[in-house]
Amino acid sequence: MAKVFVLVRAAAFLLLIIGAPGCLPDASAGAGEELMVTENPPGRIGGRIVVGLRSEPKTLNPVLAADNTSRDVIRCMTADLIHISRETLKTEPALAKSWTVSHDGKQYTLHLREGLRFSDGQPLNADDVLFSFRLYLDEKAHSPQRDLLVIGGKPVEVQKVNDFTVRFDLVQPYAAAERIFDGLAILPRHLLEEAYRSGNFAHAWTLSAPPNQFAGLGPFRLKEYVLGQRVVLEKNPYYWKKDRSGNRLPYLDEIVFLFVPSEDAQVVRFEAGDTDILSRFSAENFPVLEREQVARGYHLYDLGAGFEYNFLFFNLNDLASKGRPEITKKQSWFQDARFRQAVSAAIDRESIIRLVYHGRATPLWGNVTPGNKLWIDNSLPHPAQSLDRARQLLQSAGFSLKSEGTLVDAHGTPVEFSILTNASNAQRSKMATLIQDDLSKLGMNVHVVSLEFRAMVDRLLNTYDYEAAVMGLVTGDADPTPEMNVWLSSGETHLWHPVQAKPATEWEAEIDRLMQQQMTTLDYAKRKRLYDRVQEIIAENVPVICLASPNILVGAKDRIGNFRPAILDPYVLWNIDQLYVR
Amino acid sequence: MRRRLKLRGAIILLAGFQSLILLAGFFAPYNSTAQDRLSPFAPPTRVHFFDAKGKFHARPFVYGLKNNPVDFGAYGIDFTRVYPIRFLAAGAPYKIAGIFPARIHLLGVEEPGRLFLLGSDGYGRDQLSRFLYGGQISLRAGLIAAALSVSLGIVMGGLAGFYGGWLDNALMRGAELFLALPWLYLLFAVRAALPLHITQSQVFLLLVAVMGLLGWARPARLIRGVVLSAKERNFVLAARGFGASDRYLLFRHVLPQTSGVVLTQIALLIPQFVLAEVTLTFLGLGVGEPLASWGSLLSSLQQYSVLSSYWWMFLPALLLVPLFLGYYLAADALQERFKSVSL
Repeated sequence: MAKVFVLVRAAAFLLLIIGAPGCLPDASAGAGEELMVTENPPGRIGGRIVVGLRSEPKTLNPVLAADNTSRDVIRCMTADLIHISRETLKTEPALAKSWTVSHDGKQYTLHLREGLRFSDGQPLNADDVLFSFRLYLDEKAHSPQRDLLVIGGKPVEVQKVNDFTVRFDLVQPYAAAERIFDGLAILPRHLLEEAYRSGNFAHAWTLSAPPNQFAGLGPFRLKEYVLGQRVVLEKNPYYWKKDRSGNRLPYLDEIVFLFVPSEDAQVVRFEAGDTDILSRFSAENFPVLEREQVARGYHLYDLGAGFEYNFLFFNLNDLASKGRPEITKKQSWFQDARFRQAVSAAIDRESIIRLVYHGRATPLWGNVTPGNKLWIDNSLPHPAQSLDRARQLLQSAGFSLKSEGTLVDAHGTPVEFSILTNASNAQRSKMATLIQDDLSKLGMNVHVVSLEFRAMVDRLLNTYDYEAAVMGLVTGDADPTPEMNVWLSSGETHLWHPVQAKPATEWEAEIDRLMQQQMTTLDYAKRKRLYDRVQEIIAENVPVICLASPNILVGAKDRIGNFRPAILDPYVLWNIDQLYVR
Repeated sequence: MRRRLKLRGAIILLAGFQSLILLAGFFAPYNSTAQDRLSPFAPPTRVHFFDAKGKFHARPFVYGLKNNPVDFGAYGIDFTRVYPIRFLAAGAPYKIAGIFPARIHLLGVEEPGRLFLLGSDGYGRDQLSRFLYGGQISLRAGLIAAALSVSLGIVMGGLAGFYGGWLDNALMRGAELFLALPWLYLLFAVRAALPLHITQSQVFLLLVAVMGLLGWARPARLIRGVVLSAKERNFVLAARGFGASDRYLLFRHVLPQTSGVVLTQIALLIPQFVLAEVTLTFLGLGVGEPLASWGSLLSSLQQYSVLSSYWWMFLPALLLVPLFLGYYLAADALQERFKSVSL
């Protein structure tokens, strides 16, 4: 997978069972440590694995990290209070052994495991939790996670009840509340408080900081960072999980992250045996790697549809103040739902699946991917490509064909526009080229323009200087709430017309209402009905023409034990504490 | 004698190549943008004279393909479907030299049979057709850019060499500046400053203009050197003694002496500019999909899966070898020829 426009957002919710099953403190643990017992088959202790990272991390500071690779490394060194299991997609206890919710759904009380230690041996208590949340909520720290913790316009209030109990107060019920804790690392107050007080927090835990300044609650801790080459993590001897035979996790002594800058380079290094695990690669490399599978002792996994959805959308922004008459003229087409429906009907999604993804993807007609089994609206229609239907729709919208086959609008202007994609993503460029060919059959003259990723995002979200674009988003969680930013008309990633002062259309207003409602409703069945309606409205009005959701493809050497990849990010390293070398 | 043969051989090779490309529509079995979505990455179609029973057919034929939706390289051959090759067959419409509409192609097979002599690309487009049509863009870009940069070189180098003094200094320092320019970044900057959607002909002009304008410095230096020595020749001095004007001297006596250098430079620059087009398209600055150019044909080789799985994607690159060889042979022969003349 090349660059994916990932919404950095930790999580949301789902699970409505309250309280924590299992995980009772174990008598055999030393000095009153309340260790969590994992269910995995016990593995061999020792060994190391090597993993390729697609870019170098930008920081090791969990509060400031916004990019995927930084977070991949940080996740191995930190832990959260409540975690989303990548296997069940439900919440499970982590540093908090249990929690309770008040009847009105506004107050969460979390009970911490007692006797835990950071990787430098210092004990964990409620003050560390309070300190961590102060950092995430501090406006001056500019943490990308802050938005998550602002619910109903007010930041979550955190209070210490006693040394191992913390209370979170929300101003309104929030259905996804426990899921927001996923990925919020608890930080050591004893190491970071001074930097925070002196205003130097932005310079704490950078890539060049020495390893003894770091401590976390994750399975590993920093051993060595070689700029531009690799980061090496070693086993955290104080980690708070053990397997059912009583071995303290993790099994591995060391994990090495190599910086391998492109997907092709990662594929080659995995094929050559330099790395042990390959996280997400594109489908065209599957047959290439498959050939060597047995000879080289690795295995490839096709996990089916994940949470990435790719789509085409048109510029529906209000450009009156921007002065772009060229685009404004074309917007009279784009704003007509029949035009968008016609484009959707003309697109040959089956060919996209076959040619772009070698069959390893699912065609989409709605914004929820089949990987998201709990929330997808299965009653949405899946019409096959139909140029006839597209032509009818265009005709009813006042378009007509000229004799030489050019489509013209009611004023006789030929239909011509450009589709923007990012050059770094071969799949999206390919989709755009196929769409161009499909639309040429309707008489539309479409051009594909590839730009560098940041240049494209700048046009989409800031200058609005584009006509149409092919993009993809990956939801960070199975819940609809982290997608609020995309579907609310006021949202910053409401791609076709971001940050509206008030909804531009009737159906956008309805989506706004439904999304707000589902966020504060606690009952899953009711929420599902609300979100189904959102999906129907989107499928009807096609502000985004959904195209395809690629399968999650990963690979690992046969010698890696307990390898259980998941369809939610992080796909392969989510159970790094349970992996072992056979 | 050998030299003349070499030159003649090079010229025949180049003329053959150019006419293939000029008449791409006729020689290409398909339109360069026609997609066959059921045949992505099909290997080169084998042309048979003997059928499965060993029987000889005077008219060559091809078999149909059975495709595999997941692993594109793994096509099977469907022996039950036989498509004889038809010569001068009617097919997709095209225009000869961009003007005269026509439908006749040199080779073709009946639908749904496919004649992919160089295989097909990831969209099921015929590589041979794309190569021929792509040459129209790439080779033309190379020719025009070479002509542009050499003409600029003649003007600049001629003036600098002939007049000398401050003009010489200014022009040659300017040339050095051009040689030192980070032209790739310049090109990125130019592309970023242009509007989002520019037509293919604008992209083409941009390519040609940038390559031509940035490439004049080297020929200018060479021409200046020749002019410098030419203007000191006895017959030039004699003409000057008779009162010939600068203009007369330049056009009658000095510039004709540069013709060897100029021709050699053109023969050397064309392949260089064709390669420059390849590089620019490789970097996403050239003509975009779905139009073909040699650069866009080669840029698909950037992907590891293509590089390692579909060997026929290399064929366009191999076909460029005789073309470049032709130009270098021509340059070589021209250089020898003019060297012997001037001695």
